[in-house]
Formats: sequence, C-alpha cells, structure tokens
Amino acid sequence: MERTVYREVKPTPAIWMIAALMGAFIAAAGLSVLYIEHHGHIVTGMNNQIVWGLPHVFAIFLIVAASGALNVASIASVFGKIENKPMARYSALLSIALLAGGLGVLVLDLGHPDRLIVAMTTYNFTSIFAWNIILYNGFFAVVGAYLFVQMARGIAPEVVRAVGTAAFVWRLALTTGTGSIFGWLVARPGYDAAIMAPLFIIMSFSFGLAFFILVLGTTFPLTGRYIGPNLVKRLGRLLGVFAVAVLYFTAVRHLSNFYAAEHGDFERFILFGDTMFTPLFWIGQVLIGGIIPAAILLRHAEKTSKGQVLFASVLIILGGFAHLYGIIIGGQAFPLEIFPAYDVTSTFSDGVINSYTPSIYEWALGLGGVALAVMIAGMGVVALRILPMTLSDANIDPTDPDF
Amino acid sequence: MKRLIASLLIICGLAVSGASAGSLYPEIPKAVGAAHPEGNAFMRINHMRLLRHDRDETMRLGNRDTQYSLKECVACHAVMGPEALPISVKEDGHFCKSCHEYAAVKIDCFQCHNSKPDEGFTALLMQSTPPSESEVATYLDEVLQ
Amino acid sequence: MKLPALNNEAVRPAELNRRDFFKSGAAVASVTLAPGVTLMAFGGEANANADAGKRWGMLIDVNKCATDCNACVKACSDENGWKMDGNPETDAQWIRKVDLTHKQTGREASLPMMCQHCEEPPCVDVCPTGASFKRADGIVLVDKHTCIGCRYCMMACPFKARSFVHEDVEDQKAHAPRGKGTVESCTLCVHRVDKGGIPACVESCSATGHGAMMFGDLNDPASDISIALKNYNSIGLRDDLRLNPGVRYSNL
Repeated sequence: MERTVYREVKPTPAIWMIAALMGAFIAAAGLSVLYIEHHGHIVTGMNNQIVWGLPHVFAIFLIVAASGALNVASIASVFGKIENKPMARYSALLSIALLAGGLGVLVLDLGHPDRLIVAMTTYNFTSIFAWNIILYNGFFAVVGAYLFVQMARGIAPEVVRAVGTAAFVWRLALTTGTGSIFGWLVARPGYDAAIMAPLFIIMSFSFGLAFFILVLGTTFPLTGRYIGPNLVKRLGRLLGVFAVAVLYFTAVRHLSNFYAAEHGDFERFILFGDTMFTPLFWIGQVLIGGIIPAAILLRHAEKTSKGQVLFASVLIILGGFAHLYGIIIGGQAFPLEIFPAYDVTSTFSDGVINSYTPSIYEWALGLGGVALAVMIAGMGVVALRILPMTLSDANIDPTDPDF
Repeated sequence: MKRLIASLLIICGLAVSGASAGSLYPEIPKAVGAAHPEGNAFMRINHMRLLRHDRDETMRLGNRDTQYSLKECVACHAVMGPEALPISVKEDGHFCKSCHEYAAVKIDCFQCHNSKPDEGFTALLMQSTPPSESEVATYLDEVLQ
Repeated sequence: MKLPALNNEAVRPAELNRRDFFKSGAAVASVTLAPGVTLMAFGGEANANADAGKRWGMLIDVNKCATDCNACVKACSDENGWKMDGNPETDAQWIRKVDLTHKQTGREASLPMMCQHCEEPPCVDVCPTGASFKRADGIVLVDKHTCIGCRYCMMACPFKARSFVHEDVEDQKAHAPRGKGTVESCTLCVHRVDKGGIPACVESCSATGHGAMMFGDLNDPASDISIALKNYNSIGLRDDLRLNPGVRYSNL
C-alpha cells in the first residue's frame, strides 16, 4: 500500500468562483426563508393537503445521501478494504456536509423556525421524528469524532476501527429512522409499510455513493489531482449493484402493496394513473434512476470509463430525486380513504387527488441546501488535510476479485 | 485631533444628560383596574413565570379559574386609543409594548393571542361613565375566567 | 420519667398520612392534580376541569344530518374565529361537511367531520415536541406554545383533521388563540366544556331542529350519549386502525 499524502486544496480562481456561486444560492435560500417566515406559508405551494413539499424532498434526499456518503469510509474502517482508506476522510466530511445541508432546509421550512431550540430540548419519545432529531445531532458528533481519529496522529488503528463501526451503526439507525418517519404513518396507503426503513437504507447506499463519486470526480480534476481509472470502475460497479438493489426493493414494495385490495387504488394511482406521478415513476425513477445507469455500470463493467461512471451517477441522483418526490408528494396527493365504500366530496379536498406546484421560494430553499452542503465540503477540503494528493490504482490489489 | 475628539465626546455627553431627564424611560400606561397586591417590581420580574404556570393550569388541566390568565391581563391593561377603542400591540402605547420595546425583548404571545380585550370588556370600558375598579374586578373574575 | 411517644399519630390522630389515604381506597375514585390536591371524579359538574374520570365524546346521527345544512361549520367558525377566506386549500377548517355517495348502492348521505379525539391519537404519538397532547378527559389539543410547525401531525392524522395556519391572524377570539406557523384543529370547544357547556357545533345543530349531534361523557353510563350508544348501532371512522375515537357515527 503506497503512502497517502493528504494536503489542503489550494483555492484557485475556479474554486473561488464555485464558492461565490454557492454563496449566491445560499443567499437566495436565506432570503426565501425570511420571506416565507414573514408572510406565512401561504406564499409557498404547500397547503393543508400537500403538507410536506419540495423542501422536504430536497431535505430527505440530502439526509439519505449523507448517510450513504459515509459508506466509502465504512467499507475501509469496518470491512477492512484498505483501498478505500485514502477516500475515508473525504467520505466523512461529505456526509457531515450533506447532513448539514439537508437539516438546514428541513428546519428552515418549519412554521416556527425560531422555536428550533424547543425542538432540540423538548422530546416526545413516542415520536420517531423526535428520535431522528437526536440521531441527526448525534451523527454530527460521531462522524466528527470519526474524522478526528482519522486525522489525528498517534491513534491506534483499533480506535479508528471502533469509532468507524460506531459511525456505521449510527448511520444505519439514522436512515432506518428516516424511513420510519414514513413507514410508521398508518393513516396513508402510500406510507404505512415496514419496507420503508430498508428501502431508505438501500437508497442511501445508492444516492450516497452517487453523490460521492460525482463530487470526487469533479473535485479531483478541478484541483489537478489524479484519480485512477480502476478505482472509478470499482466504485462504478458498486454503484450499479446498489442501483439494482433499489429497483428490487421498489418492486417488492409496489408488488406487495398492489396485491392488497385495500391499497390497490393507491398503487393504480402511482403505477397506471393519469397524473404526473406515473411517468415520474416509470421514466424518472425506474428508467433514468435505475435501469439505464445499472446497464451503463454493470454491462461490460471492466470497460466503463470515468465519464460513463460520472454520467451514471448523475442519472441515479436525478432518478433518486424522482423517487423521493414520488414517495413524499405522491403519498399526500392520493386522498385519504376514510370512507372506503363511498365516493366523497367536501370543502376540504376529501376524495380528490391533490395537486402541487412548488413555488420559486421552495426551489430556492432546496437548492440552497445543496449549495450549503457543497460549500461546507469545499471549505473543509481547503482548510483541512482531507483530500489525498492522488487516488491512483496503485493501492488496488489486481489479484483481488472483490471490490 | 485630540481636541476634536474631546469636543465631540463632550457634546455627546451633554446630549445624553440633557435627554436623560426621565425621558429615556418608557411611558407605561396606567391600567384600568386595581393595582396588583404583589407590587410592580414583583410583576415586572415574574409576570412570565406566573403566566406560564397558569397557562399550563388552564391548557393541560382545564382550570380556568386562575389568577394570572393572559386574557385578564390584556383586559385590565387595555389602553384606549382614538375612537375610544383598545389598541393592539402593533400600535405605540400598548401596555406590553411600551416596556418590551424599551427592554428590547421580543413578545411571542400576540402572534396567537389577541392583544386587545374581548368585546364584552370593550363594551364595559366604552360606557358613558367609566367603570369603577370593583366593576372591572367583578367582570374579570366572573366573566373572563 | 416516661419519654413522650415518638409516634405522631397520638398527637394528631385525625390527619391521615398519604399511605393510609391510598390504602383506604378513597384514592381509587379521585384524581390527583398536584401533590396534596385531589379532585373527586363525579360527573356533570361545572368547573370539573380536565377530569380523568370523564371521557368527552360525540355521537352523530348521519340520517338526521341534512345535505344542505352548514350550521355546525358556521357555528364553529364564529365561535373560534377561523374563516373560509376563499382559499379552500390553505384556509383552516376545523370542521367540514362531507357528502357521501355509496359506490355500490348509490345511497347519499352527509355528515360533519372534525377531530375525532381518539383514545390512541396518531397525532400525539408523532409530535416531536409533545405539543400535540391528549388531556386527561380525552380532548386532543395542540399546545401552540411548543408547536414548531413541522406538520408531521397533519401527515399522521387519518382524518385530515388538522389545519396549518398559513398566514398572519388578527383579532383572534380571546378563548381561542390561534397564530401563523402553528397547527390547529377542533378543540371540542374545550373553553365551553371546562365551564360545563357543550360545543358550539352541537348547540347549533340542536338549534336548527335537526338534532344530529349529541355530546356527553362516554364514561358516565347514565349520560344520554352512553345510553344512545348502548341501544343503537354506531361506528368509529377507520375502526380498523384501533384508535378508539371519541366521535362516533350512527346510521353510516
């Protein structure tokens, strides 16, 4: 194993431009939050029917990707694959950055963001949401500790392994909790399912790694550092397997739901309906987010180029976005079935499929969260010795058949 | 240069001392009913603690016969504005605002609670002869609990 | 010299200490509000407050509810200060009329829907700060001081009973505070019930002559509502969820 040298990234003009662009997006999000808080949520597209909207899609996406981005480091520390070791510091930093971005969007969309301190000190422990708040805060602490023990001198490898394992277990609990936010809602046919927790876990593997590859694949050329083609191929192959796994869990979820007559109407709405959720599912989630990238990454996996892996990562991220939009918004668009034997109408949108058009403020808030994550990751690699000077293939044992 | 700074400081000091002839302190409007037996100093320090305790008594335990309910505070401390109607916290001269603005402590209550008393109390205040302290106390104890 | 007995009971025999009180069984029928303060759980008293011996509920007779009558909705909005401002998607609606047509038989019916005040409320389970809570007498409320406006309770409610306040509110009723950024729902007119009254919707329904709504103490076997529930068939909505709602519907 060749010795890895970690060095801070020199802030070139290109990096300053990116920082300025991210700053602009963050400022736009900040202004949106002030506007929404002053006028009330009436200025957004969210209402009493679509209660959680685009900001929540962005937030959950970033949170799920955050826990998945830690995977690369976990594979090194917990599962002993030392060729991942040089990327472990960046993996930890990126997971912290993504979680910060996601949480930023989530708490700024609250009806009372000024009461955040209430949320962080008053807990109702029957609420999985309350547990999630504890898990999110603890994630910062555990992964922060993990990053510290990786970077500090004189720390024994067993300690790094122990902290890495703690971080791995914590992130599994966190993602299970995030999936359970939806899976434990008995009220709606689109949510009430035990498979939501493992589905979110496998989504985190897929989106997190896609994000990691994308950010790595753009940061390294930007900073003039070399990344070896075999390493990219291996990461790409792993990503392909995760994409197929997401398709599998999606298939199980929808097939099981469809089989039950009580949930059949909801499944028909998603799979064969005439709203935007049907093409969003088949084309956005399944085709763009699953089948095409899996084909790119797994067919002739020994010959995939860096460009192809990056392109597949982008597709998986877009498809993942469509997936979460379908889960979060689709689950609310379908009306509650309070009187299953009756057709219902009322002044409160009972019995009708609810529509949702996000406003510019919600887009600004969501994109600001992504920008915040990129900004934090960027600041981290410029200020600290996170990024290795080279990720050549020298560390990969050519006789080792596993990734 | 030093003389310029010194003369500027003297001018500032004179301005402050000139203005501090009582006018820096807020003008707190008088209440409609009798004074609190605990005294103003006690109420200034403890009013939030009392309000919060009685809030929980009412909201969680359903006890509406409390001594420090926000409804009664708002009623007794109503300030009449133009057209002889009570003014809300958004306008200058509201009882809570006059002190809270001075102390720069943001009031969270009136996003949800009405800062003006209810119509019955307003009608009482708008009678041709202003109500006596005991009439106010009776209304607060019996009607507004 | 004989030393005086250390046993205090000889000096103050009339005072029961707490252990003797509980052993005597008097504690069985009483509710402790605070250390040393107890409330006997009788029924039907004004100022009974949030008594754990009671469970407030409603019975709605769907056959008596007229399709073109909106009295309950109007009464609730007048009583509690919420309005339909012309934006039905964002306007708060604590109670609404639901018009039903049976898919197979074509039977038409109408009924009012509001917070069902469940015994196992999903909204109370999921609230991260505990702002959504159930009182000892079964009324489910939102503590708007602690509500952070996350709207998770709105996702969890199977009856879509909760509304989010999307804009600034002015001129609130003194007994029904409500404000932007918090979640609200039917309070079962708790401000009236605490003083021995009945909810505004029930009162207005009686006033129209339809008499479709009845209110009372489900735990009191002698109350009108308990007798009606015992003698006539009724259901709770989404009974399959086992929430045991306090609002029941008959002839549905």
